[in-house]
Amino acid sequence: MTPLLYASSGVAVFAIALYRIFTAGDVLRKIIAANLLGGGVFLILVAIARRPAAGIDPVPHALVLTGIVVSVSATACALALARRLEGTTLDDGDDGDDGSDDTEVAGRGP
Amino acid sequence: MTGAIGWAILIPLGGALLAAAAGERASRWIAALAAAATTCAAIGVAASVARHGPSRHPAGGWLAPLGIELRADGLAATMLLTIAAVAGLVAAHALADRSRAAACARSCPLWLFTWAALDALVVSGDIFNLYVTLELATLAAVGLVADGEGPDAPRAALRYLLFALPGSLLYLLGVALIYGEHGALDPATLGAHVGASAPDTAAMALMTAGLCLKAALFPLHAWPVLAYTRASPVAGALLAGLVGKAAFLVLVRLWLEVYPATFTSAAGPVLGTLAAGAILWGSLHALWQPRLRAVIAYSSVAHTGYLFMWFALGTRDALAGALFVVMSHAAASASMFLATGAIARALGHDRVEGLTGLAHRLPIPFFALALAGTSAMAMPPSSGFVGKWLLVRAAFETGHRLWAAVMLIGGLLAAAYVFRLLRRAFLPRPAGEPIAITRSSGGHAALALALVAIALGLAPGLALDLLRGGSAP
Amino acid sequence: MTLDALLPLAVVLTSLLPGIAIFWLAERDTRLRTTLNLSAAIAKLALVVVIGRGVLAGEIFETRLPFVPGADLVLRADSLSLLFVSLSAVLWLVTTVYAVGYLEGSPHRSRFFGFFSISVASTMGVALAGNLLTFFVFYETLTLSTYPLVVHRGTPEAVRAGDLYLRYTLSGGVLLLTGTAILYAAAGSIEFTAGGVLGELAGRRGLLIAAFALLIAGLGVKAALIPLHTWLPVAMVAPAPVSALLHAVAVVKAGAFGITRVIYDVYGIRLADRLGVTSVLAVVAAATILYGSLKALAQDDLKRRLAYSTVSQVSFIVLGVTVVGKLLTIGGIAHLVHQGLMKITLFFCAGNLAEELGIHGVRELRGAGRRMPLTMIAFTLASLGMIGIPPLAGFVTKWYLGAGAVEVGSSWVIAVLIASSLLNAAYLLPIVRDAWFGEPSAPWPARKGRFEVGLWLLLPTIVTAAASVGVGLFAATKLSPLAMAALIAEREIHP
Repeated sequence: MTPLLYASSGVAVFAIALYRIFTAGDVLRKIIAANLLGGGVFLILVAIARRPAAGIDPVPHALVLTGIVVSVSATACALALARRLEGTTLDDGDDGDDGSDDTEVAGRGP
Repeated sequence: MTGAIGWAILIPLGGALLAAAAGERASRWIAALAAAATTCAAIGVAASVARHGPSRHPAGGWLAPLGIELRADGLAATMLLTIAAVAGLVAAHALADRSRAAACARSCPLWLFTWAALDALVVSGDIFNLYVTLELATLAAVGLVADGEGPDAPRAALRYLLFALPGSLLYLLGVALIYGEHGALDPATLGAHVGASAPDTAAMALMTAGLCLKAALFPLHAWPVLAYTRASPVAGALLAGLVGKAAFLVLVRLWLEVYPATFTSAAGPVLGTLAAGAILWGSLHALWQPRLRAVIAYSSVAHTGYLFMWFALGTRDALAGALFVVMSHAAASASMFLATGAIARALGHDRVEGLTGLAHRLPIPFFALALAGTSAMAMPPSSGFVGKWLLVRAAFETGHRLWAAVMLIGGLLAAAYVFRLLRRAFLPRPAGEPIAITRSSGGHAALALALVAIALGLAPGLALDLLRGGSAP
Repeated sequence: MTLDALLPLAVVLTSLLPGIAIFWLAERDTRLRTTLNLSAAIAKLALVVVIGRGVLAGEIFETRLPFVPGADLVLRADSLSLLFVSLSAVLWLVTTVYAVGYLEGSPHRSRFFGFFSISVASTMGVALAGNLLTFFVFYETLTLSTYPLVVHRGTPEAVRAGDLYLRYTLSGGVLLLTGTAILYAAAGSIEFTAGGVLGELAGRRGLLIAAFALLIAGLGVKAALIPLHTWLPVAMVAPAPVSALLHAVAVVKAGAFGITRVIYDVYGIRLADRLGVTSVLAVVAAATILYGSLKALAQDDLKRRLAYSTVSQVSFIVLGVTVVGKLLTIGGIAHLVHQGLMKITLFFCAGNLAEELGIHGVRELRGAGRRMPLTMIAFTLASLGMIGIPPLAGFVTKWYLGAGAVEVGSSWVIAVLIASSLLNAAYLLPIVRDAWFGEPSAPWPARKGRFEVGLWLLLPTIVTAAASVGVGLFAATKLSPLAMAALIAEREIHP
């Protein structure tokens, strides 16, 4: 039963984070959502690792470790960029209200 | 030979680390050497595939299912060469610019990292490793965007990263589900077992959706456009030319080797519809962009559509066509970005309305723009035409007349946006309006890339033979 | 690959490579540029003579380069391509001479001659193409390389004309590509073969008719069939040598030649006739002949009048090759050459008049005959030829078309011929009359040189005028265009 619980909570975390990463306005919230996305997948992988017949499968753990490394570097990268942007919001570029550059791209798609 | 495929990844990776650690002068030398050596390694792999056919190499001696397999087949060899040609010429452009040595030294490690990640991606024979390489390419690309000009670059970079991340994590979720079902990550094993069960279908849908997001397929195409328009010309060339194609190549691998026919026949029409949307939407938007870079960015959106059209058509010739579009657009869009960079440096801007009468003042960038534009609008004798011909013919062969019509109309729209730029450049300058050209421009690398795009179209047989040299059906 | 197999490729390269080289020459290297141009044109002519001897003796020269799966790039010299290649090679030489004189001292000449040579290379490719895809490739490069020539002057008017030109030709290109792709998808490969290659598809009537409509619409843009002709009179803003090239050799002829190839070597005239598509095309061609002549009558600008005359005259070719009948075919194909020679003469004359006397309008021509007698003699001969006065070139064509119409019992073709000849006379003869017998409204400007106009301009005019008389006078000899047309009809079309 436990693996199913882990797996379904992993899916829930992933779904919530996916929703937030697209809807959150604040940069930091988006970065946290991206982290949670990764966390959801890792939970699922850990749940998968337990196989009733063969005991514990080591491969998913290796995958999770690799995934964490990638996720940490991505987060670090995002945070570094976010610090450079302190005080502004991400969506400025969309609305074209940031002064000189608004002519750069006309009519961006949805 | 086992060496060559590893060297194609290790040399740029090592070069990037060394260049990052070294001083300004030394890093340029290191980058130049690494670029040359990586190109040689790519040629080595291609020569071996051409002569002996495809081969597989377990990394570190570990065999699948535990180890990671590196594969040199027709697809990998062709893409290695494409990456080497484009990244190599972009590198030459970056290194030749002596006036901005500091900026160049800062970006060297980044584009070497990008190169290494892409090389690793095209030879990876393991669906988890594909995730890792895809993510590495994205991170390096984010660095390149952030290194761009103007105060807006960090925002564009962050936006790029935050759209790319859910894409790759959707893909990773799919990988996790697949592994849970079948306990394997190598395409050969998976291809034999993945079926039409609900978890398998969900996994494949997740992977496909993630890759579409990462490839910026319509309607999720807006996020890289911002990055392309804010990034430096070097970054724009690498992003639009190469990084933007990575997710497509991964999906091609899955489609050919992992996905069962039940899934591809259901997902094909969906992707075809999105591709058609991309072609029309991207081309229409490119028509009225006020800035050169934005025109090229939207042209890239449209070209992603041509690539994804293959999934709706599915024939072998159509795949050759789509991969030809990959090669042709890689060279052409990189050429256009570098040419735009040269023009923008000479003028101080890249507004389309300010280009009037400049063709004779800046002949080399505009010549490059004209040649690369020929390929972008898929006119003979360019490589773009070969790709489009194969796709359109396949569309008629498989009875997809609507998709054929979309691709043909897309070509017409492309002609409209390319000639919109060119005719203005060849118009005589209105009297009394002085041309403020601050400095003579480069643009030789742009011209070389444009010539690559044309040359591929004159003798497509070589590339087609190499593609066939072992690529899966 | 033997040397013979490389000859067709060499014919294309003799203008392509010099074209590319000329781009890199500095503007002031006039002498080098002219030498390069002329020697390339002469070399090409020599190659064409070599090929011609072989083809007349029954040989076929073929260059085959691997291209895409299912289609090679094939350049093949058969008798039909030989006719077009010879015409283009000869007229390229004279037009180059004319252009050198015409553009003396004007800016951007390296660009002009570069694209000029590439257009000729594309025309050669169109002529020599051995399959439909190769034909398309060169047909499109022809569009791309002629656009810079149309907008060469850079005036707002020229740019507008260029826009219109592009809109028409690129859209036409897409239609042609669509038809080509449909046929390749259905038949696998479309090699030009006498009698057609689509016999196996005869059951798929709808597909064949649709593809035919697309191909002809695509080709009809360049051949200026109504209602696709609008670009042609507007493109008149281009310099005179370009108009000459566009009208007599490259662009409109590529369209007419393509229609010939599609009817005879892709569909086969019998299949096309069975499908009922040729009768529709014949009606369009007849309508174009009459419409073009009527419009020409209404034009006051000399070059525009000549342009509408081209619209009308090119459709004689289309009409001749569309209606089943050997004599009609011969007339149509011979007109490919005859119209080329006569029309290029008229455009050279128009260029001379504009260059020397600043004449553009039809009414300004009064008395020009006394000031520029040689030019006006050439103009008169070509005009009489166009009208179809025996024994000039146009008469030969119309005689064969008429005799062919009688042979197959199409009396309406004869009616069209008579009406168009009357209209031709109505729009050309008043010019000739005014030029010789009218009084100039103001005294002519003084002569600048020894001749009535520069030698570089005069010589090509005289040569083409003489040639257009010669092909009529000597139509019965073995090497005349008419004899070649008869050979083509014999060998490839009505075997």
